[in-house]
Amino acid sequence: MDSESLLLSLELASGSGQGLSPDRRASLLTSLTLVKRDYRYSRVLFWGRILGLVADYYIAQGLSEDQLAPRKTLYSLNCMEWSLLPPATEEMAVETSVVKGRFMGDPSHEYEHTELQKMKEGEKVFEEEVVVQIKEENRLVSVINQIDKAVAVIPRGALFKTPFGPIHVNRTFEGLSLSEAKKLSSYFHFREPVELKNKTLLEKADLDPSLDFMDSLEHDIPKGSWSIQMERGNALVVLRSLLWPGLTFFHAPRTKNYGYIYMGTGEKNIDLPFML
Amino acid sequence: MGDPPPDPEPPSQQPSSWRSSQTSQRRSWEVNQFQPSVSEEVQQIPLDGLDLQSSQGIPASQTNLRGWSSGASLTQPENLMYQPEEAPLGGLEYPSLNMGFPSELQPQPYLEEGESQATRTASLMLQQLQQGQGNLFQQLDSSYQPDLLGQFNMYQREDLQFDQGAQHGPYMRDDPTLQYTPSELGFMPFSMEVPEPEPRELAVQNAKAYLLQTSVSCSLSLYEHLVNLLTKILNQRPEDPLSILESLNRTTQWEWFHPKLDTMRDDPEMEPTYEMADRQRGLFLRSGAGGEGEQELEEEVVETAVPNIMETAFYLEQAGVGLSSDESFRIFMALKQLVEQQPIHTCRFWGKILGLSRSYLVAEVEFREGEEEAEEEEVEEMMESTEGMDAHGGEEEGEEDEEKVIDIIPKPMWKPPPIVPKEESRSGTNKYLYFVCQEPGRPWTRLPHVTPIQIVQARKIKKFFTGHLDAPVNSYPPFPGNEANYLRAQIARISAATHISPLGFYQFSEEEGDEEEEGGAGRDSYEENPDFEGIPVLELVDSMANWVHHTQHILPQGRCTWVNPLQKMEEEEELGEEEEKADEGMEEVEQEVGPPLLTPLSEDAEIMHMSPWTARLSCSLCPQYSVAVVRSNLWPGAYAYASGKKFENIYIGWGHKYSPDNFNPPLPAPIQQEYPRGPEVMEMSDPTVEEEQALKAAQEQALAAAEEEEEDEEEDEDEDLDD
Repeated sequence: MDSESLLLSLELASGSGQGLSPDRRASLLTSLTLVKRDYRYSRVLFWGRILGLVADYYIAQGLSEDQLAPRKTLYSLNCMEWSLLPPATEEMAVETSVVKGRFMGDPSHEYEHTELQKMKEGEKVFEEEVVVQIKEENRLVSVINQIDKAVAVIPRGALFKTPFGPIHVNRTFEGLSLSEAKKLSSYFHFREPVELKNKTLLEKADLDPSLDFMDSLEHDIPKGSWSIQMERGNALVVLRSLLWPGLTFFHAPRTKNYGYIYMGTGEKNIDLPFML
Repeated sequence: MGDPPPDPEPPSQQPSSWRSSQTSQRRSWEVNQFQPSVSEEVQQIPLDGLDLQSSQGIPASQTNLRGWSSGASLTQPENLMYQPEEAPLGGLEYPSLNMGFPSELQPQPYLEEGESQATRTASLMLQQLQQGQGNLFQQLDSSYQPDLLGQFNMYQREDLQFDQGAQHGPYMRDDPTLQYTPSELGFMPFSMEVPEPEPRELAVQNAKAYLLQTSVSCSLSLYEHLVNLLTKILNQRPEDPLSILESLNRTTQWEWFHPKLDTMRDDPEMEPTYEMADRQRGLFLRSGAGGEGEQELEEEVVETAVPNIMETAFYLEQAGVGLSSDESFRIFMALKQLVEQQPIHTCRFWGKILGLSRSYLVAEVEFREGEEEAEEEEVEEMMESTEGMDAHGGEEEGEEDEEKVIDIIPKPMWKPPPIVPKEESRSGTNKYLYFVCQEPGRPWTRLPHVTPIQIVQARKIKKFFTGHLDAPVNSYPPFPGNEANYLRAQIARISAATHISPLGFYQFSEEEGDEEEEGGAGRDSYEENPDFEGIPVLELVDSMANWVHHTQHILPQGRCTWVNPLQKMEEEEELGEEEEKADEGMEEVEQEVGPPLLTPLSEDAEIMHMSPWTARLSCSLCPQYSVAVVRSNLWPGAYAYASGKKFENIYIGWGHKYSPDNFNPPLPAPIQQEYPRGPEVMEMSDPTVEEEQALKAAQEQALAAAEEEEEDEEEDEDEDLDD
């Protein structure tokens, strides 16, 4: 959610039960403004909160002019002092995929994972148990990256693409209408499109290239991994992801208010197919 | 159009020749046009002039008539007026207009098929305007309404606009028929005295006329659209309009075709919103008494069963948990409504369970003494009647089968496991009643009591709630019930696992301390401790021993107090149902024991080396005024806060337990045996060839041996005989 409209967004996203205490909110308002100034971002988003056993991580992201460029991620333990996280890489993702369980809450904590590695000694090849240390910071980075790629949502029409290339925020976005807001096809993944080129020519002909340049949520696998609800007496549409429980996207139809926030344990719900 | 613009020449130079040539050309052309095309309803306009009014019904066709003014003789070809087909222009007083400016450029909307039509029409209009024919201009301007422009496809004679000696402008038509001179046609050229507009102005007018045209498919002209767009930009004055130009363009076009509905009609899309708002408005109006003014202010404040939700919400907000404050207030009003409708003794907001299409708000309620049984009986009757019907159906089928089939159907050997009886109301898992509703303002629905088998099965499955209470729960192992039962079972499990209170808040009542009743089931009732002093917040956060569970643990059986299921089974057998051999004997069933009531949290089992509870101060910056918050790691979404003498529990979440491992559904049971194995059913294996031969050989041997014996006997007999 945008740091400019933090209070309103927090209130609209409160239907999932998780929010922020007043002291955290106050700290965020000041610190995010300072982050914007210091790092020279054009927009700062409060991404959410990952609950750990000992402490919680508060995550923010900074965007440059081009909305789909890779985002910079910052984390903080007290909503005041922010530290930049390294960008996510493939190796990090592979390395941290073996770690299961909750986050500890201490960025210097290291998980131990024993692996069987083949060691060669001379001509003998034998397997040895090697204990691999995985830093929690890396795990944090890759989890945030996965969540962004999988379930970050933006409504259709909020961003538009110019012929020069960069993607801009659409200042004339007036919100989705009520009938559009209830359909999953009006929401896009906030990431580089992956499936767009697989569409048939007929489908592509109906698309508007300046608005429909991202994947929509409609064809997510497994089907039904989004729960779409109207709250507050039909004045707010809330999308909750079932794959990453804790991600809430809200939008008030016919207004410009929209945003998403993740408040959860940072674990993927692998049991999703059993639960539907 | 491709015509090279002729040199703009002052009108005086060669107007007459030009004019005359044009005139003649036009007229000849027109005459040529007229004569062959009588087929249409086009009236032949006598060159002497025709009442314009009568020719209003001119269809759009190439050979459209011009209305010749009555006074228009052949010498006044310019009196030909464009006769629009629409009624609004019927009022055009063409004759008068014609009369009005015999010396002026006749408004000859010269329409061609193509772009030059509107151009010349427009230019004519503009010229008329210049000449002060405001009336005409208005009327003719109305001709530029979107629906009229599309009909401008009549040919008009070019000469009609040009014969006044006006500059013909750069848009001359290249038409071979224009070569005729007036003398050939017999018309006299008309001499005009009106000053021609400057060439530049004419160019401007032509350009504007071009912009004003519309196409067949769309009645919005570019001119109008640009006017709308620029007006919008100037009114709103957005920053950096160039960057949003395309979006504004699209929006303006969209708005033209989607005008706002008039105020008398309701917006169909907003219907559900308004309906919900109406319902919630009903919450806020006090029942019966009407407005607040009518309330007597001296009315004493009656104690209500509804707790102070706003206070709880405030404390939970400090912890960062809970719904927004206006939602909490609406829940408060909804609970108040519930209390008024049902005979409720105590009530509490239990929490919110999220579902796929709708969510549930859950209220935990205790009825007044005696009130509950009436409802219970109704529910039970319904259940029994359905069961009775099923039983009847079963019996009937059984009888039919027996009649038809002579063979005795082998009875299945499988017996269902004994049903553990449900707990009584107000005890154990059914201590409280639960009501759910989807949103504050909607009616509350009561959830049925939970049975132990439902709890046992609920532990084995993991399903999302859809939001509809009567939805079936498709799972393996099959869940005995629909979503309402599953919801109730999950609520029971969550309550039993996560309802905690500070140590000392509740104490056991000082009654007969029978700890050895019922095999050590323990006490199951508690009461508030009036001497509770409150534990400092820091201590509450430090050690989990300062918190205790105040709900009973649910045994693996599904109940809080243990019941030996086999005892029940014996009773059923004695009642004389179809008996099987009851010699399985009394299986030794171990009594299940759980931790007693009011055990501290430090005794809770760990999950994978992780404490099942996390405790924090709500605000680390001001510990003096903080609240202690405890969060469950086993049931994510369960929170409890305590501060001073107050505490509260709440659950907001999806309603599932946390497990670090994946969910493994139980495998299906092994295939049952269909029939007992015995020799009569077993298939005998056919003897092999060797065996047969061996048997044959053995038989022959036996036979041979028998013959020998006989022979021996005979020999013996013979010998005996011989002797």
